[in-house]
Amino acid sequence: MDILQLQRKAAELRADVLTMITNAGSGHPGGSLSMMEIIVALFYRQMKIDPENPSAEGRDRFVLSKGHAAPALYAVLADKGFIDKREIENFRQLGSCLQGHPDKKKTPGIDASTGSLGQGVAIAGGMALGAKRSGNDCQIYTVVGDGELQEGLVWEAAMAAVHYKLDNLTVIVDNNGLQIDGRNDEVMSLGSIPEKYRAFGFKVFEIDGHDFEQILGALAAVVFNKPKCIVAHTVKGKGVSFMEDKVEWHGKSPSSEQLQQALKELIRDTDK
Amino acid sequence: MTQTNDSVKKATRTAYGEALVGLSEKNEKIVVLDADLSHATMTYDFSKKYGDRFFNMGIAEANMICMAAGLSAMGYIPFVSTFAIFGAGRAYEQIRNSVAYPHTNVKIALTHSGVTIGEDGGSHASIEDIALMRVIPGMTIICPSDALQTRKAIQAAAEFSGPCYIRLARMASPILKEMPFEIGRANILAEGEDVVIIACGLMVHIALKARELLRQKNIHSAVVDMHTIKPVDKVMIRRLAERFSKIVTLEEHSIIGGLGDAVRDELPENIKIKKLGVTDVFGQSGKPEHLLQHYRLDAVSVMQDIMEAMFQNF
Repeated sequence: MDILQLQRKAAELRADVLTMITNAGSGHPGGSLSMMEIIVALFYRQMKIDPENPSAEGRDRFVLSKGHAAPALYAVLADKGFIDKREIENFRQLGSCLQGHPDKKKTPGIDASTGSLGQGVAIAGGMALGAKRSGNDCQIYTVVGDGELQEGLVWEAAMAAVHYKLDNLTVIVDNNGLQIDGRNDEVMSLGSIPEKYRAFGFKVFEIDGHDFEQILGALAAVVFNKPKCIVAHTVKGKGVSFMEDKVEWHGKSPSSEQLQQALKELIRDTDK
Repeated sequence: MTQTNDSVKKATRTAYGEALVGLSEKNEKIVVLDADLSHATMTYDFSKKYGDRFFNMGIAEANMICMAAGLSAMGYIPFVSTFAIFGAGRAYEQIRNSVAYPHTNVKIALTHSGVTIGEDGGSHASIEDIALMRVIPGMTIICPSDALQTRKAIQAAAEFSGPCYIRLARMASPILKEMPFEIGRANILAEGEDVVIIACGLMVHIALKARELLRQKNIHSAVVDMHTIKPVDKVMIRRLAERFSKIVTLEEHSIIGGLGDAVRDELPENIKIKKLGVTDVFGQSGKPEHLLQHYRLDAVSVMQDIMEAMFQNF
């Protein structure tokens, strides 16, 4: 897929995300939209994966540490054919394979159950350690929220990733600046995220998290003997005018009128 | 018939360390993680022999548990060790969400459980870990009663796929007579007709000693080693309920949520049960044998408490 196709794909999947959340009547639109270009770049260009064989040993692994952004992951998995596209209508419903937060037991294509913040980055570290130990040359990618960096476990995991020289691990920070209770720095100041990761010993890239060329460039960069951190500056609720950078869209469902308006904006984007 | 030989003592944590080294020769999938306590949890020998399969995670238990989950996702069988309080306690939610919720193949072998941790005191004495692990769906819980059984339990844990908690002790304890070991299948160690003592871990040898003391008072007790607390041996418990109107449980753990409750949950309502254990109080510093006396978990106290309970027709 070229850049234009990737952009169209992101717009199309944003529409799926919002439809899914509106159907369910609950979910997390803001953080699902902010990481859309990142997850599209990973699943449509960067990662070695096969929907026909979702548990192939040599596949790259993806861990959605910010598990509440599951709708973005589900939209991708449905579009790629890991799951039946119709299943997204059952998101968050009783008996569905699409739980409120990712569940590896229920959903093909999901490598780690996440949702309790901070744990995904550590699980990804364990996968990277296991891959290195066994000579599996797969890559491990994890997306972590910026608010999630307030969890001490994230920094325990960072310490271990550097100690064990996990250069097969890429931690991508979806740095949209907002969390449920407000702006990150009003809730609990994060300081400089790139400097923190640099101080732990990561190779750090800072990019515009909605610019495919920058995302793909940072993902493709090869790093030896240390893990990689991509700090992606993003806009929460990206792609929908009334949601962008609005903290109240962290975890609520649009009304059907709001959905229609959002879809109009997104269709315009897919026609570009 | 003497059931214990006090001249040969070994801590279950020591047997754990030996079992890891022995098993890992044959099973290359076994990896071991520790949180800066390898000399105490006894994973040290493994780390020397299999350095490339040993990962010291530093003093960071939450990360250790989650990285073990990640290692299991890559096909390894991680054994994770620290003290019970820091594993089952501090990293509880990581065990719940990253290990048990996805039903990973992670083995959590925690040492220094119970009040017999000794001089380190109440901050370190875990009396809640069985209760914490018991409420997690799909968690297997084994509390081996001696060094021989520990070895078999570690092998059994490595051979099945799923999360497993193995509760180990710091204090050296007698080697009991060798019995078959199967997860979920309790062993009757001694027969008797007046009362049955169902115990686990270190308390099994205490139960056997208390049995001798009771016999001198003309009370004949049976002793059952309930090494697997989850899934508990329901068949055995129901069979015991048919034979005995009085059942005593004995554990080095809070009487809330541990072995006693696991047994009681399977008993018909008309069967009387007396739960002996730590009575909703914290541990404290002291020599292990003094602590056992203080918390009424030594053989004499156990004998007295059983006598008293029987006199009161519990």
